[in-house]
Amino acid sequence: MTVSKVEKETRGTFTLELDPGESGFPFLPGQFNMLYVFGNGEVPISISGDPERPDILVHTVRAVGKVSKALCRLRPGDVLGVRGPYGSSWPVDACRERDILFVTGGLGLAPLRPAVFHIFNHRRDYGKVILLYGARSPDRLLYTKELETWSRALRVEPAVGSAGPDWKGHVGIVTNFIARMDCDPAQTKAMICSSESMMRSMISELNLLGIPDREIHLTLERNMKCGLGLCGHCQLGPTFVCKNGPVYSYDRVKELLAKREL
Amino acid sequence: MPEKILQKEDAKDLLRVCSREHELFAPVRDGSRIIWSPVAPDDRLEFEFSNTDLSPKGFMFPQTERLMHFKNRPEDPQGMIMEQEAGLSRPRALVNIRPCDAKAFAVLDLVFERDASSTDVYWKDKRENTLLIGLACKHPCPTCFCTSVNCGPHHEEGLDVLLVDLDNRLLVKPLTASGEKLTADLPDAGQADIDQAAEQKQEAEAAITSGVSLDSIASRTVLEEYEHPCFERIFESCINCGTCTYFCPTCHCFDIQDETQEDYGRRIRTWDSCMSWLFTHHTSGHNPRGTKKDRVRQRFMHKFKYMPIKLDGAIGCVGCGRCTSKCPVNIDVRSVVNRMNESISE
Repeated sequence: MTVSKVEKETRGTFTLELDPGESGFPFLPGQFNMLYVFGNGEVPISISGDPERPDILVHTVRAVGKVSKALCRLRPGDVLGVRGPYGSSWPVDACRERDILFVTGGLGLAPLRPAVFHIFNHRRDYGKVILLYGARSPDRLLYTKELETWSRALRVEPAVGSAGPDWKGHVGIVTNFIARMDCDPAQTKAMICSSESMMRSMISELNLLGIPDREIHLTLERNMKCGLGLCGHCQLGPTFVCKNGPVYSYDRVKELLAKREL
Repeated sequence: MPEKILQKEDAKDLLRVCSREHELFAPVRDGSRIIWSPVAPDDRLEFEFSNTDLSPKGFMFPQTERLMHFKNRPEDPQGMIMEQEAGLSRPRALVNIRPCDAKAFAVLDLVFERDASSTDVYWKDKRENTLLIGLACKHPCPTCFCTSVNCGPHHEEGLDVLLVDLDNRLLVKPLTASGEKLTADLPDAGQADIDQAAEQKQEAEAAITSGVSLDSIASRTVLEEYEHPCFERIFESCINCGTCTYFCPTCHCFDIQDETQEDYGRRIRTWDSCMSWLFTHHTSGHNPRGTKKDRVRQRFMHKFKYMPIKLDGAIGCVGCGRCTSKCPVNIDVRSVVNRMNESISE
């Protein structure tokens, strides 16, 4: 596919828009693609676009390894390989009429963004919706323009580690603010994305609020090669993250994640 | 299907019929080893051997396999569109394959083909175009334990034909339609031959004295087994060399790499090994399975716990004993599994 637009989000993080051609690229929020840069290799990257805009395929990438650095060097007109979409999705249809609490930090908003888009587009189908989004500093927040747009229909609660005097949001680690989100635990579905250690703290905070494990959904990261549940790289106990995940309800993987190095 | 009889010296006639449509491969002697090699119908087949050095899994799942090729030409509308490699050009026949190695194919069929949404087309193509003519085991190796992992010296699963070596004759047992077609012209076996083969089967089974017990492993939950104290010791001597995964007929993890040169590229897959630290390493630096202990545990848990859960009880082991005989530090899969099966004391 051809790159149609590249936008710098923060230092080292870029959003690529790809042109999927006339057929479009339908996907479910939470799914990922294997992106391939010629001569460099293939990596799994979440789809970050609006699921109702299959005419634009969006990925947000941070330049860390060989392939992601090469992805971030792409310019409009460049071509890259795409295969997918793979994996499971956020349960946006199953939680209509419910309250939604998104908790994420930094680049973790990228896999959640299609779910936020979906809820924003169908705002009347959902109850109270909160997006609690953390970053180290205000200039590390992704999609700042959209955060503003979304804040008209959802409660957007940004939290940063440190900020200047003109910052209006929270200051501190994102997990500190979960308890203050005055959610109705019986009504709320939580969707979270972060590093595994951070998600552990998020989950214990959510549990303290009274949100049970089965109402918490999370997305996992693993080294992946095939995307089909065959190559063995992303195996987590008896499940494959690329096929049975990456989005899981927490009660399904709770015990597996509790063990280090499973 | 009735059993047939074939004089050993006439085996070449059967192979000649087979070679009209199939390319023939069989175990041949190479110094002290028995290796898989292309053969002609007139070649003398090897009947006195235990197991081939390397399992035949490479016939279905090559160590390095080209999956696709592509051009990197952004200006070309077809640029970077991957084209699938052509399948097997000519059907193959694996002659004198051991029942355990054929059983391994049947296990991997479950991995690669059971889910129609993710069928591995490369595996399927080779599987469907390969005839398996098995040779029952007469003298099992001391490391063999097939009888305790749903297999055996005369096991028929996965085979098209099973041959039983009755000294100067072969009892021929067609097992599938293609096997029946191949052996249609042979005379039926007499009762004495059938009885002799049955006796041989009993003898071979009796010769396998070692085994594994899996009952406790099966009855425990994943995490109970995962926490088994035996894993605190098993890994100690392991050097994570990956020899076991290389020789194992059911180990099937793979890596995908692209080889590129100027504006041409090809996507290949190669065998990979869960014994490698890089196998699970993330670019971010996080490694969900970063220690040797957990990699060793992963391999045994995958074969004896996760696979049975996912594949309706199928075990990821056929008891061929290669990992045990090849291991440079003498880790014996039988003792590992038996320790995994021991009761967990509080």
